[in-house]
Formats: sequence, structure tokens, C-alpha cells
Amino acid sequence: MSFTVLTKIYSEPPFCEREILRYAGCKATDNSIIDLLNSCIDETKGKLTYKVCYCISPFSVSDGVCDFHAFKTKSEDLASHLSKCNRAVLFASTVGVEIDRLIAKYSLISPAKALMFQAIGTERIEALCDAFCADLQKQFNTVQRYSPGYGDLPLDMQKEFFNLLDCGKRIGLFLNDSLLMSPSKSVTAIVGISDESESADDSRINKLCKNKCSACGKEFCTFRRDE
Amino acid sequence: MNFKDYLKNNVVYFDGGMGTLLQKRGLKPGEFPERWNISNPSVITEIHKEYFDAGSNVVCTNTFGANRFKFSDAELDEIIKAALTNAKEAREKSLSARQKFIALDVGPLGKMLKPLGDLDFEDAVSAFAQVIKIGVKYGAELILIETMNDSYETKAALLAAKENSDLPVIVSNAYGEDGKLMTGASPAAMVAMLEGLGADALGANCSLGPKQLQSVATELLENASVPVIIKPNAGLPKSVDGKTVYDVLPDEFAKDLAVLVEKGVRIVGGCCGTTPEYIAELCSETADIEPAEIQAKSFSVVSSYTHSVKFGEVPVLIGERINPTGKKRFKQALYENDIAYILSEGVAQQEKGAQILDVNVGLPEVDETDMLKRVITELQAVSDLPLQIDTSSVVAMETALRLYNGKAMINSVNGKEESMKAVFPLVKKYGGVVVALTLDENGIPDTCEGRVEIAKKILKRAEEYGIDKKDIIFDPLAMTISADNSAACITLSAVNAIKNELGCNTSLGVSNVSFGLPNRSAVNSVFFAMALENGLSAAIMNPYSGDMMKTYYTYMALKGLDENCRQYLSVAESFIGETVATVAKTEINSDFASDLQRAIVKGFKEKAAELTATLLKTVAPIEIVNNEIIPSLNIVGKGFENKNIYLPQLLMSAEAAKSAFEVIKTSVDGNKNSALKCKFVIATVYGDIHDIGKNIVKLLLENYGFDVVDLGKDVPCEKIVDTVVELHAPLVGLSALMTTTVPSMEKTIKLLKKDAPWCKVIVGGAVLTKEYAARIGADAYAKDAMETVRYAESVWGKD
Repeated sequence: MSFTVLTKIYSEPPFCEREILRYAGCKATDNSIIDLLNSCIDETKGKLTYKVCYCISPFSVSDGVCDFHAFKTKSEDLASHLSKCNRAVLFASTVGVEIDRLIAKYSLISPAKALMFQAIGTERIEALCDAFCADLQKQFNTVQRYSPGYGDLPLDMQKEFFNLLDCGKRIGLFLNDSLLMSPSKSVTAIVGISDESESADDSRINKLCKNKCSACGKEFCTFRRDE
Repeated sequence: MNFKDYLKNNVVYFDGGMGTLLQKRGLKPGEFPERWNISNPSVITEIHKEYFDAGSNVVCTNTFGANRFKFSDAELDEIIKAALTNAKEAREKSLSARQKFIALDVGPLGKMLKPLGDLDFEDAVSAFAQVIKIGVKYGAELILIETMNDSYETKAALLAAKENSDLPVIVSNAYGEDGKLMTGASPAAMVAMLEGLGADALGANCSLGPKQLQSVATELLENASVPVIIKPNAGLPKSVDGKTVYDVLPDEFAKDLAVLVEKGVRIVGGCCGTTPEYIAELCSETADIEPAEIQAKSFSVVSSYTHSVKFGEVPVLIGERINPTGKKRFKQALYENDIAYILSEGVAQQEKGAQILDVNVGLPEVDETDMLKRVITELQAVSDLPLQIDTSSVVAMETALRLYNGKAMINSVNGKEESMKAVFPLVKKYGGVVVALTLDENGIPDTCEGRVEIAKKILKRAEEYGIDKKDIIFDPLAMTISADNSAACITLSAVNAIKNELGCNTSLGVSNVSFGLPNRSAVNSVFFAMALENGLSAAIMNPYSGDMMKTYYTYMALKGLDENCRQYLSVAESFIGETVATVAKTEINSDFASDLQRAIVKGFKEKAAELTATLLKTVAPIEIVNNEIIPSLNIVGKGFENKNIYLPQLLMSAEAAKSAFEVIKTSVDGNKNSALKCKFVIATVYGDIHDIGKNIVKLLLENYGFDVVDLGKDVPCEKIVDTVVELHAPLVGLSALMTTTVPSMEKTIKLLKKDAPWCKVIVGGAVLTKEYAARIGADAYAKDAMETVRYAESVWGKD
């Protein structure tokens, strides 16, 4: 079977200020926070890149082992999440090194800004993943994205991802020995594709994947959304 | 004929892609192509032969990903050996009449270097060195370092090639659609660094098709003095009916590249998606084009990991503030290992308009080599300005030049034989623009002619070392007019003569001119203007000096170097800023006991510093701390605990408090410990590189008067324990973000309990909980920075 890894470059997705503030641990704002947020957003302009590389692989499950053709991995959670899927998109995405540089610089001179850039970076990479997944959804019947480290899916799977997608060459994304990624504002994930349209799935795992805070037991989490 | 000779008079053709061809022949997704050198040698030989037959002069071994991070030492040796055997066999089998060479192909290591990633620079050099040595052993004829998208990794590879072989080295980078490397370097910056390190040719490959690489190629040609190589992809890959196809066909590919050969590109080939067909087309399309002559460029240029700075067009400002001379606060920072203070001086100078940063950390009792290494490494994480390495220690200079990610400015060499003997070999090896002082064994001549003579002598010796005159910038030495009335005039004539008679650039440490006089900045700024008018190319100066900056921007506007006076207009307002600022601070708010308290609670950094400075005139430092700063912090701290105030606001207040403390610290020099509580050692544990949480805790602890010793991130447990023992610190804070690094936290705690049983350990981080913390032996867990402060105060209070 032939195998193609494709690269996609997105233009800047719109900023969601509410999400940024949530990541910054801010449940209410005043003018000084808004000013801080805006000046930080301005400073990222033109500095971030929005890159994704991905491939579409066949997918099957037997005995809780997920088979992506190029590699296999054991995960009951992923197997159940992709139970109706026969293909999967494996993707890696990053907003580039500049956000890490901004965070490093401002850690020294303004921790408040460093915190804000940290939050912006998180919001940016999620926005990029959302844009990419929305594109997939136009083409396929997809389920929510699922990343190495979620549930019982081992973080170790990152190695397979990087080997397969050659992320360093394609989008400038690298895996560290600790299995963290550089640049830090990056995501790898799996999007299952099924031939039938997605049924309304209220399972806890699907809710979690859709960022539904109500499905999570951590009631006093700083980042919990009011739903 | 050897490769370099052939390159002199010919356009050289490289081969095309390998990966796509191997996939067609059965290479599986995720399988290492390098192993095919051994498992399928005939396939590899066949592909090489097809390229030679198609017209390639050079084929690259199938060793792109061959390095120690993917293969064992033994397998690596075997792979490279087999790869060279396959290429040689192809050469023998090919009937092509062209000159044929074999290049050892060296690709990226697949890991990112520090500070962005986790690979140490010297580890990268050593990994590349291993590959180069094996390649040399088995008969490679030249080296192609290719597809590098990080300037720092490129430097590691080129340095390894130069240190371990005499072969010609070609360096090719992968530029993105923005025309820059993934880590930000422009083509001009890469040219500066790579030529400095001795690349025989340089250019671009991969990522883009030939059309999109046009602008990169043009910028390379405009800046390079060595031949330029371009090896584009066959456009972009697409998936059609499950097959990978590229959108630029051989004919279009060849025509687009021919345009670049016409413009002066001397080495061409293909990258991803190209096949022997593309190379055949390319050879025939360009067959009649005369190889362009290589034009040596004469401008002086330094670079950082993002951009280059040229001398001789507009005057360049070199910030002088990272230097302990005459600065008590800076000396204190050096003695206390306060790297953060030193770095913030760098960032602040950049914000004030400095274009290069001078870095001098030499002080008795400070290990200069180690300190310079740390400061250079860390500065490169927070500022993208080129650096001027300023040291009289040759060992420190070499260490810094090696680590520097770009082409550095070097301060300095002089006309003494001993100095030239020590410094010139380093300039030759690592590249750089060196500042040459016009003094020698007989001292500083007191005439213009005498200084010019020394300059000539320096140029001659530099040439013997193979250093071009563009890489020397003369400093004809500004001397104080308070000692010799004619001192300024002599210096100015020397600036003029060196520029006009020798055709060289100049730099001056401007402020020396006023030594011993009152109101020095008035003298300095006028002297600066006079020097600029005499052709000065660069000044080492204080970017915080309003007078100097006024002179600079005004000169630029008057000289027609500032289009539409744009820069002048953007800064002009700040020239009168000082008077405006004093008027603005009279707002009164009855919610707060004082203006300073309000400024801190509201997080107004500059205002807090300003108000503290005013208060210091009438109030004792300790009273300001106890009656103003601490109460403000308490308001904010309680607000945070009661969830009326959120983390960003807490931090803004902490920053404002810190700026107030900084003013106090500067004013009570030598008496710094008066307001401090106990030592608090803080670190992010080994394996973990997340330090934002740790930094927040540090800031708050400092606010509350703890003497925080910050060991940084990814800190080995032995280092933490050694520091605690050495300082007999009563408190340690450890941070870990990931489940994978908690074991290293546990190990650190065990070791601390054994070697420093007096010490209380408090831990925090995303994955920790109170229960978990207790299980790994911590004395306390804090869910946030305020909790850490409260705990630290409770421990300190007991002492």
C-alpha cells in the first residue's frame, strides 16, 4: 500500500480570548488583564506558524491492540474510542518555536506576560488542531481527536508517530528523550474515520475528548469550564 | 580532477530524491532507508547509477538519517561503509562521460538542540563527528550537510566536518515558505555563519519547489562569496488514488532551475520527489549556460540565529551594559550567580535600540570561562541580537565562540604579536568580526598616523592567517580629553583615515572620551556625533543614555538614513518623556494607604520603581519594605487566596514589587542582606524542562524577602543536594510537571533526607497532590505560589 505524508500550512485562526484567560487561570477580568492579554496577542502577530503534517492509515482492532498498519499499540481506551473506525488520520501539529522564545524571554522580565504567552500558546495549538479537524470532518465521518498519553494510550507511542511522519523535516517538530515535544506548543493526535456517520455518543471518553469538563471528576480544577 | 577544481569552472549537478524511489521499490512506512544499503545493495546501486547516467556529477550516499540516535555504533559503521561501496560501484557501472564524485550525505539528527530542545550542542558535534570519521575512513570525496532547518545544528555539523576531515564541505539548509529556517535564520545570516566556519559552498534544499526557492536563492547569491547550491523538491506532494505525486514535472523543474543557474547558482540537483528524469532534463536545459563567476563580497557582517547585521551602511549600536566595570549592581549579580539580572540587562538594551550586545563578565574570583559560557548560552534563549564576545581570556573566548549560534563579533585583538597569535587562529576557525585596537608593544601612539600604521600591521598579519580585511573592525581608541586636550581630535582623524585610506570599518568605546569630567553624557553625545560624521561604523555605548540615543536618531534623520524620519518620529516623544512622567503621577486613590501601595497592588511596574526612588530620598529602605511593600503584597496575597485576584494579577503585582525592591537593592549596595530572610533553594527536577511554575514561586518568595537560589530546570539531584549542603539552606522547593519526572523528584528528596536532614522540602507541580507528595517523602505540598510562601514563612518563623 502506498503511503503519503502531507503537510498543511494554515493561516492564523481567530483568537479566543475567553479560552486564553481560562488557561491563564483567570475567572474574571479587569482592564489591566485585558491590556496585558491584548499586548501579548499583538506581540505574537507574524511570529507564529500553523503547521500540520499527517497521513491516513488503515485501522483495525483485535483484543485491545490497535493496528495502524505501520505499527501496533495496545490501548483498550483507544480501541473503544475507535471501535467503529476502519481508517485513522495520524497527525502532528505545531505553532513553531517563537512562542517558546517569547515565554523564555518574558519569564525573565515579566512572569505575568510569560504566563499569558503560555496560555496563548495553548489556545493557539488547540485552535490549529480544531481547524485541521474541522477540515477532516468536511471530508470524512470522524470521531474526536485522541492523543498519546490520554487514558491508557502510552506516551511512548510518540516515537512511532515521529518515525512515521518525519515531523522534524516536515514541520520542524522534534521529540525529546522525555517524550515531550519541541517546540512545546505542539500536539500529536489520532482521528478515527468511520464509514457510518458518528452516532450520538454519550460515553465518558467521548465527552472528555470533546473537552466536556462535566465528564471529569476534578471538580475544583482551576481550568474547569462552567457548562 | 578533484571536486574543488572541477567546481571552479563548471556548473555541478547533484542527484535527486532517494526516499520516493525507495518507496516505489518497496520501502515500508517507518522503515529506515539506510538499512537498505546492507539489505538491498543492488537497489541502492541501481538508483545511484541511474543518477550518474542521467548526468549527475555527484551522487550522495544513502546515509541521510545515519547517526547514533538511530543506529548502534557497529551498525552505523556498517551502513556507511556499505553506502559508500554502493555509490562507488554505481560510478564504475555508469557509462556517463562526466566527472563523477561521491558525497557523504549528512542529514539532521532528528533532535532539537538546547535551549529549544534537549540535545546539547557538544553532543550534536560529537554525533556528527562520528559519521564524518566513518565516511572519511571509507573514502567519501566530499561532504554534503543537508536539509538542516536549525542554524545551531548546522553549525554543529559543519564544525564536526571541519574538525574531522579535509574534504570539501557543502552546507544546504531547508528554508520554509517564509524564506527562513524553522528556527528563524535568514539566508543572509546563514551565509555569514557558514562562511565564517569555512563552508566551501552553501545553499538550500528540500521544503519547497524551485519557484518558491527563487527569493532564498537570490538572497544567498547577494551575500555569498562561495558557490551557491540549490536542490529543490519537485513542488509539493499530493495523494492521488493512494499514490504520492509531486506537482512540478521535470520540464518545469528544469526551466525554473535554469533561471537560477543564469543568475549565478553553481550547484544544482533535486530533493524530495525528483527522479533521474528530472536530473536529465535539468542537465539538458542548462547545458549551454556559462557558469557564473563567483563574486567575493566585501562587506563586514555579523549574525545571530535569526538575522545578520552589516557594518558600513548605517551606524551600528553595540550595547555596553553587560559589563561589570564601574557597576556595583552588576558585580553583585556576577558574584551571586544572578544570571537572570545579567540577561535582563540584555533584553532591556535590545528594547532601547541596541543592535548588538557586548558581553563581558570578567571579574576576579569569578570563573570567567564558565560564566561566559552560561551567559552566552542563556542570552541566546532570550535575545536574538548578535553578540560581541568581550574577554581578554583566550580560553573563555574560544569556549564562547564555539557555543555561539551565528557569526560573532569578537572584542578584541591588538597590534601586539602575542595578541594576534592568540586571537587570529580563533577568528579563522570559528569565523567572526574582530575588533582590533590600534595599540601594540609600544603602547597607544599619540598621533593619527601612528594608529593607522598599527592598523596596517594588523591587516597584514590577519591576511597571513587567512582572515579577510572585512572581518577586522578597527577601534582607534577614544581617550579622555581631561588628560589630553587633543585626544578626541586624534581619534577622530584616525577614524577618518582608517575608513578612507584603508577602506575598513571602525568602532569606538565612545564614553571613554569624557572620563573625569562632569555631565559626561553631554560630552559623549557630541563626540559621538563628530565620530559619526567622520565615518564611524559602530559605537559601543549605553543605550539607556537619552543623550546618546537622541544623537543617534537625529544623526540618522539628518544624514538621510532614516526614511521619512520614521524612526526619529517614533522615538522623538520619548526625548521629552522625563518631564511628562513626573506630572502624571499625582493621581490620588483613597482605597490605598499610599501611591506606592496602589502601584504595587495594581501592578504598575514603572510607577512602583519611580515612587520607590522618590520615597527613598526621605524614608529608610527598611521602612519602605515593611510599611509599603509588604502590606501591598499581603493585600494581593489574601485576594489570591480568597479568589478575588487571579494569577496574572498576582504576578503583575509581584513584578511591581520586584521593581520596587530592585530600586532599594541598588541604593543599599553592600548592605544587601539586611532585609533578607533565609536561603531557599529552588529547582525544576531532572528530566523536566517546565519552569514557569517554578519561576512564579521564585518571584513571590523574593517578594517576601527570601534569599532564593534558583538552580534552573532539568537539575540533577546531586547538584540540588550539593547546593543545599553547601549553603546549609533550611528550605528547598522542587517542581515537576510530568508523571515521568516525579521519580527524579523522589530520588532528590531521598538524597536530601540523607545528606541534608535539617532541610524542609516543599514540592509542587501539575501532577502532584498532597497525598502523592507525602508518599514520595516531601515535608509539604503547595498547590500554588502563595501556599509555598506561607509554608516558607512558617519554617523561617520557627528558626
